[in-house]
Amino acid sequence: MDKALLEIRGLKVGFPTPDGLVRASDTVDLDIYPHETLGLIGETGSGKTVLSMAILRLLQPNTIIKGEIRYRGRDLLSLPEDEMRKVRGREIGVVLQNSGTSLNPVYTVGDQIAEAITLHQGLKRSSAWHRAVELLDAVRIPDPVRMARGYPHQFSGGMQERVLIAMALACNPSFLIADEPTKGLDAVTKREIIDLFREVNRDRSVLFITHDIEAARNLATRVAVIYAGEIIELGNSGVVLSEPAHPYTRGLLESLPERGMRPIPGSAPSLITPPSGCRFSPRCRCAAEDCKSEHPGLVEVGPGHYARCMLYDRG
Amino acid sequence: MIEVSNIRTSFTTGFIRPRVVQAVDGVSFQIEEDETLGLVGESGCGKTTLGRSILRLIEPDEGHVVINGTDVTALSRNELRQFRPRMQMIFQDAYASLNPRMRVRESIAEPLKIHRMGDRAAIDRRVLELIEEVGLNKEHLNRRPYELSGGQNQRVVLARILALKPEFIVADEPTSALDVSVQAQILNLIRDLGREYHMSCLYISHDLGVIRAVSNRVAVMLEGRIVEIGKTADVLDRPCHPYTRQLIAAPATEPIENTPLVKTPKMVEERPDHLVEETV
Repeated sequence: MDKALLEIRGLKVGFPTPDGLVRASDTVDLDIYPHETLGLIGETGSGKTVLSMAILRLLQPNTIIKGEIRYRGRDLLSLPEDEMRKVRGREIGVVLQNSGTSLNPVYTVGDQIAEAITLHQGLKRSSAWHRAVELLDAVRIPDPVRMARGYPHQFSGGMQERVLIAMALACNPSFLIADEPTKGLDAVTKREIIDLFREVNRDRSVLFITHDIEAARNLATRVAVIYAGEIIELGNSGVVLSEPAHPYTRGLLESLPERGMRPIPGSAPSLITPPSGCRFSPRCRCAAEDCKSEHPGLVEVGPGHYARCMLYDRG
Repeated sequence: MIEVSNIRTSFTTGFIRPRVVQAVDGVSFQIEEDETLGLVGESGCGKTTLGRSILRLIEPDEGHVVINGTDVTALSRNELRQFRPRMQMIFQDAYASLNPRMRVRESIAEPLKIHRMGDRAAIDRRVLELIEEVGLNKEHLNRRPYELSGGQNQRVVLARILALKPEFIVADEPTSALDVSVQAQILNLIRDLGREYHMSCLYISHDLGVIRAVSNRVAVMLEGRIVEIGKTADVLDRPCHPYTRQLIAAPATEPIENTPLVKTPKMVEERPDHLVEETV
């Protein structure tokens, strides 16, 4: 396999709060290879967004971050801020959650896309505007010349999502982070956005964060399942989403309406005092005695398929 | 039984040049007791407006809604208030549906107090029953909404609604903000409680998986009208209207604009109890 474009090693992210340290990411190791789409799946509060914000270094200053995030061999965590600014947007593009609030309501859509281009590529305003129109066309916004002069409120949810994608692609980054881009969209619009991503993803590496399992199945080459800040399963998306090894992933699939709608009992654990042993053990149907005391490692259960579960980690 | 006939609702937008948007354009259907009718359609098609119009949270311009023999559209404001406990709505955002300053106990007791359903001791007992019915426990009674998760807040909303023992509920995307595992918990709860309380339900969602799981029958809405209605299996597995086909189909289908709509559409009975709007 090629050398990884992005290597995350032993990443720990903690937020100090009056109640204690919230361990939002705990010893995450992850590689993203050139031209692959990695789907990151997990429930609300499992640490998906924190991981992407850590890569971009957009977390609050008092956040405790340990480990390494290497992009093309450079450790992003030790980069000076002015160097980091050149990475964001130019090398690593991002489509943030909630398209509505990510756009500035008082600037035209064209201006907002052109801003990134003038900043990073030093183009003049007129040529940046021209490029913005091209990008709107590329994300299939009808009548892009006219729509570039429109304001965000004149765009529907799906169209705003397209604008954000255009913005993220403005400087043709080799790595793209997309955080729940299909959230809140209806079935038809969601399918259109997924189709668009399929095209966008061809030329770059993508970290696709979602809790929509169907979207992950459609787009991702590999998926990582995250639970309580830890990666608990990682592998080929076809394998993980059809024959999952970890009981949590299995539970997630079974709770889908089309798969019988059997919910996982209980609720997500506290990240301040996570359960001892396996973090999923209090909710797990397969939990044995040692699951409550031993913390399982990520074990290879098939070619390129890893799971963090005592089922596979007993000597 | 819930009988909705020819509901029309319009909005006027624009100040200088007013423009009328026909959000709901003549919708009729019936829901039996114990039955859930799923309502699907893309955003902006008028699903929510229809749900609200039926409950008169928005006044419809035309049409009638008869709930178990009472014509809701003919009630005066005072009579409507008396009737409210019999028809209720669940919204998408549970957190926004609850008063942030009230503890769960007060929130659940509030509808019982307003509709004078028993003295203080009876209300306290009922609140305890309800909190357990929705799968929470006594400890949660002293919490406020911000101390609960999205799923737990939606359970509190359900308890408030069940307190009134409504005959009809409109559920407007009650799980679209929740994770799949929590969604499954809430959907199962809505289904079980619906059965126990013999409620009729209009379930609005754009998630076809959810609609399939909760509905006995499905109605498909497009541009303010119902273009197809029938048993869940008929509509979702043997769709007849081009729009329904598109909604259900695999990726990369033709855009909607290519489906011309008839000016004065008629519904054709495709198979027993499966009606489809005529297309050109």
